[in-house]
Amino acid sequence: MTHFETSIDGLRQRLLTMASYAAQSIRTAVRAVVERDDELGRKVEEDDSLLDELEKVIDELAIQLLLRAPLARDLRLIMVATKVSHDLERVGDEATAIARRAQDLNREPQLKAPIELPRMASMVTEMLAESLDAFITGDCTRARAIIPRDKQVDALNKQLHRELTALIVQSPDNTNRCLNLMAISKRLERVGDHAKNIAEEVVYLHEATDIRHTQRVSIDTPPAAPTS
Amino acid sequence: MTRRFAKTRTDVAALFFTGLTGFSTLLILALLAVILTYLAWLGGGQISWRFIFGGTDADMFDTEKAGVFPMLIGTAARVFLMTLFVIPVGVITALYLTEYANPTSLLTRVIRSAVNNLAGVPSIVFGLFGVGFFISFIGGSLDSLTASPEPRWGKPALLWASLTLAVMTLPVVIVATEEALKSIAPGLREASLALGATRLETVLRIVLPNALPGILTGGILAVSRAAGEVAPILFTGAAYYLKDTPHSLTDQFMDLAYHVYVLSTQSPNVEQTRPILFGTVVVLLCLTFLLNLVAVLIRARIRRRLRSAH
Amino acid sequence: MSLPPAPSSTRSTSAQPGSAPATSAGLAPLIVTHNLELFYGKTRALKGISMGIQERLVTAFIGPSGCGKSTLLRCFNRMNDLIDHVRITGQCHIGGEEIYGRDVDVIELRKRVGMVFQKSNPFPKSIYENVAYGLRLHGTRDRKTLDEVVERSLRGAALWDEVKDRLHQSALGLSGGQQQRLCIARAIAIRPEIILMDEPASALDPIATTKIEELILDLKKEFTIVIVTHNMQQATRISDQTAFFYLGELIEYDATVKIFTNPAKKQTEDYVTGRFG
Repeated sequence: MTHFETSIDGLRQRLLTMASYAAQSIRTAVRAVVERDDELGRKVEEDDSLLDELEKVIDELAIQLLLRAPLARDLRLIMVATKVSHDLERVGDEATAIARRAQDLNREPQLKAPIELPRMASMVTEMLAESLDAFITGDCTRARAIIPRDKQVDALNKQLHRELTALIVQSPDNTNRCLNLMAISKRLERVGDHAKNIAEEVVYLHEATDIRHTQRVSIDTPPAAPTS
Repeated sequence: MTRRFAKTRTDVAALFFTGLTGFSTLLILALLAVILTYLAWLGGGQISWRFIFGGTDADMFDTEKAGVFPMLIGTAARVFLMTLFVIPVGVITALYLTEYANPTSLLTRVIRSAVNNLAGVPSIVFGLFGVGFFISFIGGSLDSLTASPEPRWGKPALLWASLTLAVMTLPVVIVATEEALKSIAPGLREASLALGATRLETVLRIVLPNALPGILTGGILAVSRAAGEVAPILFTGAAYYLKDTPHSLTDQFMDLAYHVYVLSTQSPNVEQTRPILFGTVVVLLCLTFLLNLVAVLIRARIRRRLRSAH
Repeated sequence: MSLPPAPSSTRSTSAQPGSAPATSAGLAPLIVTHNLELFYGKTRALKGISMGIQERLVTAFIGPSGCGKSTLLRCFNRMNDLIDHVRITGQCHIGGEEIYGRDVDVIELRKRVGMVFQKSNPFPKSIYENVAYGLRLHGTRDRKTLDEVVERSLRGAALWDEVKDRLHQSALGLSGGQQQRLCIARAIAIRPEIILMDEPASALDPIATTKIEELILDLKKEFTIVIVTHNMQQATRISDQTAFFYLGELIEYDATVKIFTNPAKKQTEDYVTGRFG
């Protein structure tokens, strides 16, 4: 292995570490909600600062590798690595936000047993794990398969939203708790988006085709000035 | 503090070789100085305007009356004529060999080894060749063609002596020119051709102007070699004694180098004529130096112009 | 005269011997080779090269040493004619005309296809005479015309401001980068259609290299440029199309962005990422 390849491998390893921390922090955050445990929330915040640190490390590594003017697969890998690490860092942020909501929820008695949230959490962490797997194995069929699953997470989020809205209508006392649960659901839905982004990046990495936002729009003409 | 780079050894071999090479150089300089001093010592007294510009109509063995002007003119003429013949032929041959001929072909190899062999032939053989080829064959043929009653061409002459010398010095000019042509960056030829120049245009506009100093070096070497040669002109044009300087190409001529030979072997009194002998040697040397100096100066001028263009 | 079939696809990625010339745009290319082969004695140095080179684009030839890229470049102005034992088969058309035909005037070809070499090779003449050389060769005697063309060419090669006060001094007094730009000025003075460049910046420092690269991007507006380079970053900076050669074969020929971000062939990928051999 050349020195360059060793560095590239280091970058890949760091991304994998980041991915496992991100998935873990989501699981821990949801456990904090389910088990009503403030201690777990603090654990999530620790993981988040680790993720922030890892993102910086990956950016630094990427810059060092770009200095060597890589091309083709290497060039794509470095570009994808910075994007994926940003997505993973955001996952950490979502987990932290969930943990904070959990702490707020714990000050009041439990509204209802949260069944949908663990389901959503396992869905998005599975998506994360799958996309990272595809990243390593280069299996673009698997990466592409992740993308429609984001829709299921969205649907679950919407369904939960409706249920919680109904609860608020039932009794205004539930409002605070419902809003917290809605926020948590929204956060998990965002994690699904990040997992989907990663899957798209993985497809770009291995096939060099950009599958994001396939609808093409002209970007060369500036937007018309608002008429007053 | 321990010093890690302290000098601990003396390179004996290096010192020895520096000494040896320096000594050799000094030896050569010393030899040259000895020779020149010796010549000046013995011949210097003989040098005078009368000696240089005087004719041979008085007694050519009389230290008081003898002059070397006809020989001076004869030598200058044969060297000049030789240059006129050898430079074009040598340069064209070298151009053929480097610019046109296929370097690996049999013909090129034959020509090249012929040139090398020519350089190794003893000069007396060139003299005999001159008699056989130039005088008997070419001169004889010209005479029978023009049906002249008495031999006009078929006898020793300035022309034949110069041509014989030219043949002898040809390898020197060819090799020097070839070296000069080879030292021209191939990129220059490519650049010219890539701009749509023909081979001939490239040779005339780029190759030859840049090879000129090298060609002149060849000329200088040829002149130096030819000026002192006696053997090739012995039978082809030099005369023991003539009243006058040569007037045409078919005239025989007196020659400084040949005169040195005459004075050292044919003199009625070798001891007495020794000053004339060494005086002639000094004049011959000065003539050679002068011819070389002119060529070196021209070469320096061309080099400067090539380097600074206009 | 039979031309090879015009390329129909707008994006073909490779060329196989005998297939239609690879090209990346729909227009008829200026240089078209069809199954071009070159032999040095018995060695086949170019193997079935079929490609089309577009007008007013910069086309880069890349590949390891000895892959045939320079040899192919030199086919386009028949500089290979100067080497003994070279034999060429197949077709090579420039502007629709076969350049290896029996009645081709190589002088006329070289007037239309200029060349800049790896080592800058100004003549040991003045700057002015260097640029005027080609014009004088082709019969221009008029001083005014010469003056005009020399100035235009030196401006075209971004050298005028640096040398206008010393036009009649030796070209050998210029720096390496200036000498190379002088060679470009000398080439464009006779208004060729195509300029072939054989690693023109490989012996230059980064600043001089940048100037040459900027110049190439300017020249693209008027000339078709084919450049051989060992520097892949240079190819990415200046070329529109890139052709990758290996062992005398055209392995891949496509848009430069495609070659350097997502080459179709593994050999190309390995070469551009430095994992070759």
